[in-house]
Amino acid sequence: MSGGAPVIRARGITRVLPGVVPTTLVRDIDLDIGANEFIAVTGPSGSGKSSLLYLLGLLDVPTAGEILIDGRATAAMDEDTRAGLRLSTLGFVFQFHFLLPEFSIRDNVMLPMRALGRLSPEAARARAEELLASLGLAEHTAKRPDQLSGGQRQRVAVARALANDPRVILADEPTGSLDSKSSEQVFAILRDLVDRQGRTVVAVTHDLDLAARTDRRVHLVDGRIVEDRPTPGGEVEARVSG
Amino acid sequence: MMLAAEIAWTHIRARARQTLVALSGVAVGVGFSIMMAALMEGSQEDFIRQLVDALPHITVSDERRAPPPQPADAAYAAAEIHGLTPAVRRRGIKNPLATLDSLDGWIRGSAAPSVQTRGIIRYAGRDVGAAVIGIDPHKEPRVSNLVAKMRKGSLASLYRATNAVILGDRLAEKLGARVGANITVQGDKGRIGAQVVGIFHTGIRAVDESTVYALLKTAQILAAQTGLVNEIRVRLGDPMAALETARRIEDETGYKSVSWQEANEDLLSTLVIRNVIMYTVVGAILLVASFGTYNIISTITHEKARDIAIMKSLGFRESTVRGIFVVESALIGLSGAILGWGLGYLLCLALGSVQIKSPFMDTSYLPLAYSPLHYAIATAVAVGSSLIAGFVPARKAARVHPVEIIRGAT
Repeated sequence: MSGGAPVIRARGITRVLPGVVPTTLVRDIDLDIGANEFIAVTGPSGSGKSSLLYLLGLLDVPTAGEILIDGRATAAMDEDTRAGLRLSTLGFVFQFHFLLPEFSIRDNVMLPMRALGRLSPEAARARAEELLASLGLAEHTAKRPDQLSGGQRQRVAVARALANDPRVILADEPTGSLDSKSSEQVFAILRDLVDRQGRTVVAVTHDLDLAARTDRRVHLVDGRIVEDRPTPGGEVEARVSG
Repeated sequence: MMLAAEIAWTHIRARARQTLVALSGVAVGVGFSIMMAALMEGSQEDFIRQLVDALPHITVSDERRAPPPQPADAAYAAAEIHGLTPAVRRRGIKNPLATLDSLDGWIRGSAAPSVQTRGIIRYAGRDVGAAVIGIDPHKEPRVSNLVAKMRKGSLASLYRATNAVILGDRLAEKLGARVGANITVQGDKGRIGAQVVGIFHTGIRAVDESTVYALLKTAQILAAQTGLVNEIRVRLGDPMAALETARRIEDETGYKSVSWQEANEDLLSTLVIRNVIMYTVVGAILLVASFGTYNIISTITHEKARDIAIMKSLGFRESTVRGIFVVESALIGLSGAILGWGLGYLLCLALGSVQIKSPFMDTSYLPLAYSPLHYAIATAVAVGSSLIAGFVPARKAARVHPVEIIRGAT
């Protein structure tokens, strides 16, 4: 982990889905995510990677344990406060682009800014165009998502995640539905966010080659962290959990 | 709210066909509600107008609400007195001219004396029973619209001949009498020869075939009582003030004073029931229309479950997500209502051109009331029911747990 206080700190988090037979998604997770880190969360299918990401991103609430964002405990927060924190501090990129189909890609990128309300519509529009241009989509701003390729859509999703200038980007299989060329492009963008913009990226991935190019790899099996170590060449201290 | 409105507008535009169906539902509901309200209120207004026009606003008769105390009751403090012959009082209103002068001093309208009696009209071997109303032709125009109903002759014609009479047109037709005909009027206590000097037509069959107007003096002769005035008829500037004015007249004169509302109490209470029925039917129409809105908003929220999850994962508040769908329903309700205004107006125009032929009344057109209130009520109910219809699925949509949808989608 790089120096300074962690941006996200998970302490003993467990998530159990209630039901006739309760299902434990993640169990007793301790994890500190520092600034300017690129973390890959790996593990076999059903190991709880995405569940952990949703918990870290405040999309889900742990059954036990506590998640702190910038030192703020989130367990007792109401849904609106959590939503506000999500909007201002975190950015999400999902496996499928999840863009709103009726809106232009510029409008899609503007949505988080409009929801946060810090920028005027004109300023939000300018920032959306700037973000899209920085991701090589300058000439597509007025197009709808269905007029773009898969790789382009995912780049739009990255632009949307960056809209409110979040400190942390949480990506759930960001390259999972892309061809190798597009995967490479998207990964390069994520890498750039860490290296040149100083953001933190936590990416769930099945792709071990991509995981090997992050700074730190957190490996899950059956909802537990079985390995948390810097990848070769990374700057993060090795820390093995469990 | 602007963001919610923009997203709502985009959703609506993207689903033009579904939106059009929902809009049509609301528009038809509002249109028919406006038409029904116009028709019901129009017919009610027409009915009341005819009542008010056809009758004096207040009729002061020579009767009293309670029988006057008998002299024996006043003289003896007995518990009950049996077997006495009641004192016979002279018919008519005492000092009618003084009473009229007194009324003229404070009522906001006019009062005129009249004599009500009955007679049998004979002409050319035909006998027809009729109400004979003695009037003062100078004062009568102030209390009734008889002048406007004259088809032949005028009220002043009553001065042209001795015992002149004006007949209802159907009565004249029954008798075969024309202006200038000499008829015989048989009263309770006497018979007079009279000349027809005019014909009137009110459009109300019962009046036109059994009413005769004559001078006060002529009716008094027929009733065999000189100076008799057994009814004072009052017409007010504001017909709706009749109830209160009648009460005061009765307090001041002691004579039974009946307003047009009291005289038609049963009919007016029927109108209240009719209004309840009308608003229930109108409400039902709009309620059915709101199901259309519920349907479309439900469909949109169902189809948009993934988008809702995305918006919530980005950090949209529940209130913003709920606002999107509430705004959509409000837009559907309001736009449908505005379309409904046009439809309602056109339906009213179409209904207004329908001719009504009744054996009891003149041929006329369906009476319709054009009131902004109908449009406002229909709009308020349509928008209100659309909002409620939209709020239920909107609330459900806003409570969606994004993770469940995202997991399902991936």
